Amino acid sequence: MMTDIQVLKRKSVEYRQKILKYIVNARAGHTGGSLSCIDILNVLYNHTLQVSPDTFQSPDRDRYIQSKGHTVEALFVVLADQGFFPESDLETLCQYQSHYIGHPTRKVAGVEQNTGGLGHGLSLSVGAALAAKMDDKKYRVFTLLGDGELPEGSNWEAALSAAHYKLDNLCAIIDKNSLQITGSTSDVMNTDPLDRKFEAFGWEVRHVDGHDLEQLKHTFDQVPFQPGKPSLVIAHTVKGKGVSYMENQLKWHHGVPSQEQYSTAVEELKQALAALSA
Amino acid sequence: MLETISVLTDTKANLDVFSGTLQQLAETDKDIVVVTSDSRGSGKLVPFGLKFPQQIVEVGIAEQNLVGVAAGLASTGKKVFAVSPACFLTARALEQIKNDVAYSDNPVNLIGISAGVSYGALGSTHHSLHDFAVLRAIHNLIVVAPADSYETEEAIRQAALLEQPVYLRFGKKPMPLLDSSTPFEFGKGRVIREGKDLAIIATGETVYPALQAAEILEREHQLKVTVVSMHTIKPLDTSLLDEIAGSGMPMITVEEHSVNGGLGEACASFLLQNQRQVPFRIMGIPDEYTVTGSQAEIFSHYGLTDRGISEAALTLLHR
Repeated sequence: MMTDIQVLKRKSVEYRQKILKYIVNARAGHTGGSLSCIDILNVLYNHTLQVSPDTFQSPDRDRYIQSKGHTVEALFVVLADQGFFPESDLETLCQYQSHYIGHPTRKVAGVEQNTGGLGHGLSLSVGAALAAKMDDKKYRVFTLLGDGELPEGSNWEAALSAAHYKLDNLCAIIDKNSLQITGSTSDVMNTDPLDRKFEAFGWEVRHVDGHDLEQLKHTFDQVPFQPGKPSLVIAHTVKGKGVSYMENQLKWHHGVPSQEQYSTAVEELKQALAALSA
Repeated sequence: MLETISVLTDTKANLDVFSGTLQQLAETDKDIVVVTSDSRGSGKLVPFGLKFPQQIVEVGIAEQNLVGVAAGLASTGKKVFAVSPACFLTARALEQIKNDVAYSDNPVNLIGISAGVSYGALGSTHHSLHDFAVLRAIHNLIVVAPADSYETEEAIRQAALLEQPVYLRFGKKPMPLLDSSTPFEFGKGRVIREGKDLAIIATGETVYPALQAAEILEREHQLKVTVVSMHTIKPLDTSLLDEIAGSGMPMITVEEHSVNGGLGEACASFLLQNQRQVPFRIMGIPDEYTVTGSQAEIFSHYGLTDRGISEAALTLLHR
């Protein structure tokens, strides 16, 4: 009998296998960022969020809004695993007339909001969280932001309003993989120190290792970190995590592996699974 | 000589009608939510805020967040009215309108107040002469400029019930109640006056001067002029346009908007592509640094007045 955490660990490796499989099949995708945020999505959907295909139409469901829409491959493999749609649908990823495009769209079951333009998810999440407060509903709103999208000013407008309205039913997670398409986020436009900035805006902040499933579980269990304040999780992650030659390498932002590179990755992930079974 | 139409004495600012109607709707519907960007005073929504403090959300001067938050609220079933000066709402927050409202099908009612050149002397930063053009190019958005109190009230009531995003823009000048038996319906132009010599297709606050121009043309030149309040810029009432152009009448369009990309070009596009070639003129604000002055002075400068429109008509008719 596997423990919960063992199950999650296996899923993380399997999700990585699937992300690569469908990106290679589509010859397109945001590989590095999908691999950096997949452990966060794993814990959210398999542990934290009160949402499923059966409850997705319920007004009381928890909401997940992916602001960094470009890492949609991570979201799609998790939603397929949750039973929102058959995984085989992902074979059409980025194909002509497929709903499974390069960003989240509500045409795909389980997707809350159409995203893709950066700096939109936090405002949408504030709106959904405000509605819960108005109607005294207990649902929570989780949103995933990339560290590269934080220079968008709309994030900071939204951050102000989340604290102003004391939205302790809102949790934002920053996938802080420290790389964006041009280079390191600190070189392109430094946004550090994020904790002090968000604290100054009125948020309660926690740092986690974004690949430590136990830590992620425990941290999300603590939301709200303080009553009357929105919660921010700064998840320190590695772009390309889980595939040795992709880790922290800029070119895998939206690089697609060749067949040879893919075979190497498949082998590495197979060994990772075997190690979990040992 | 005073050139007004005596029967049209019932004047109300569309802005006042908007805020009053919204308050009436909120009396019986707790899902009506107003979102403002430090614009509750300009939107005449202070009484609404006092009466329904739980149904108004202030985001401060932050239009992008205004529209994003409104979309998030609408996604939960709230009937949301995002209220901000049209100039800021449709430029500063254009990507939020495109992505979070229209593309995402979150049925937000976007209310552009003090639209066109209502802010007159405040200058081009505060004018919205681009909004029809940019919003026409975005799928899944109804674009409306009501002309009078009846059209405004109906537009607000119908928008509240509609599960599709709507952009409504109007000014703050008192507008006379138009006399028409045609009920208000999005996408259906209202014939205010029927004629056979010329048709004036106007929208928003230019409908009334168009009607006055028609009176002048009849009184002084014995011309019978059709006047239409084309309150919905998109979807355009092409069947009405087709019917009018089918009679061969020359046509003038009038709008408080740039001559580029608004009502006039929408009509021209339809007519030309449907083999309805009638003498045609677009009246609006030309492509230049807009003259300074009050709304009335700007209208007068560009001929968007009873005299200006009637003179343009005579030119078009070679009279």
